[in-house]
Amino acid sequence: MAVDLNMRVLIVDDYKTMLRIIRNLLRQLGFTNIDEATDGSAALQLLRANGNYGLVISDWNMEPMTGLQLLREVRADAKLKMLPFIMVTAESKSENVIAAKEAGVSNYIVKPFNAETLKSKLVSVLGDF
Amino acid sequence: MAAAVVDEALEARLAELRQTRGETVAIADVAGVVEALLASMTGDVTAEDVQLYKELEGLARYIHAARCEIAAINPGEIQSQFLPSASDELDAIVEATEKATNQIMDAAEVLEALEAEVSPEAAERLAQATTQIYEACTFQDITGQRITKVVRTLKIIEERVDGLVRAFDPAFDKTRAADPAAAAATTAAAPAAAGAGAAAAGGAPTKPTDEELLNGPQMADNAMRQDDIDALLASFD
Repeated sequence: MAVDLNMRVLIVDDYKTMLRIIRNLLRQLGFTNIDEATDGSAALQLLRANGNYGLVISDWNMEPMTGLQLLREVRADAKLKMLPFIMVTAESKSENVIAAKEAGVSNYIVKPFNAETLKSKLVSVLGDF
Repeated sequence: MAAAVVDEALEARLAELRQTRGETVAIADVAGVVEALLASMTGDVTAEDVQLYKELEGLARYIHAARCEIAAINPGEIQSQFLPSASDELDAIVEATEKATNQIMDAAEVLEALEAEVSPEAAERLAQATTQIYEACTFQDITGQRITKVVRTLKIIEERVDGLVRAFDPAFDKTRAADPAAAAATTAAAPAAAGAGAAAAGGAPTKPTDEELLNGPQMADNAMRQDDIDALLASFD
């Protein structure tokens, strides 16, 4: 089944430039419904206020709530726990990947990344589009 | 003077210091102990006393020389001027690269908007070019995170210098009180240094804490590539 490109996507990063880059790359892939948050707690508020998100793409290293904490909150929330969650981060140590996987991450992209990597991970998590 | 008498005098002085200063004793006090011991060594001396005297004299000379060397490098200036200045310069780099990146992105978005006005073939080439520009712009995020790591390291160095100054300059805390901004900077660096200390303490391998997982970008030789990460993730399946 093809991915619904109108699905609501939430991108989370404390670097506004990175939000802009990911938004533009997603738009080039055809996604049209993209929201932004600059840390985990702001993202969690959006997710809980609007229960119709189809995907979260989040940075790790943010304050006050990190991407890992956001992931744990999402997985602990009965209404959000099945939400696809991709971590996009410069944290590239194996212990980080393991911690994210144990917390329930759907996929993991290390920065800097290219559009092809982003697309392949989206396909892996959401299916072909 | 018998060694036992020296030991008693030394023990008494050390006990007094522990009582008044705890386990942390200023270098000046250590020098004071050594000098007091040297002054007390009168009367008949044994060969062991002479050896002890020489070692104490050497220790006293070493402490005096170290104090002179520390004073010569002027740690107060490093702490109050050089380190904050370096942090400011690095912050300015982040700001400048962010501004430049946004200008590049502005231009790329203008090019992208032209796709609707040109032939499909040209639009495809424009799309590829703008995608490459967006990909290249991710450097700014990595640059910012690397510089943040350097600034954090500078804060830890500042804390170490702070400790050095405090050890060699009894009047340091009074000077410090007159400069609350510097005091605040050192306090802010403390949690990071505590984390580093905990990591260095060793012992049985434990699961890293959330704070210990915030390492930022790795140098190319140490970093895992996307393929390595994919393989690690796949190993869970």
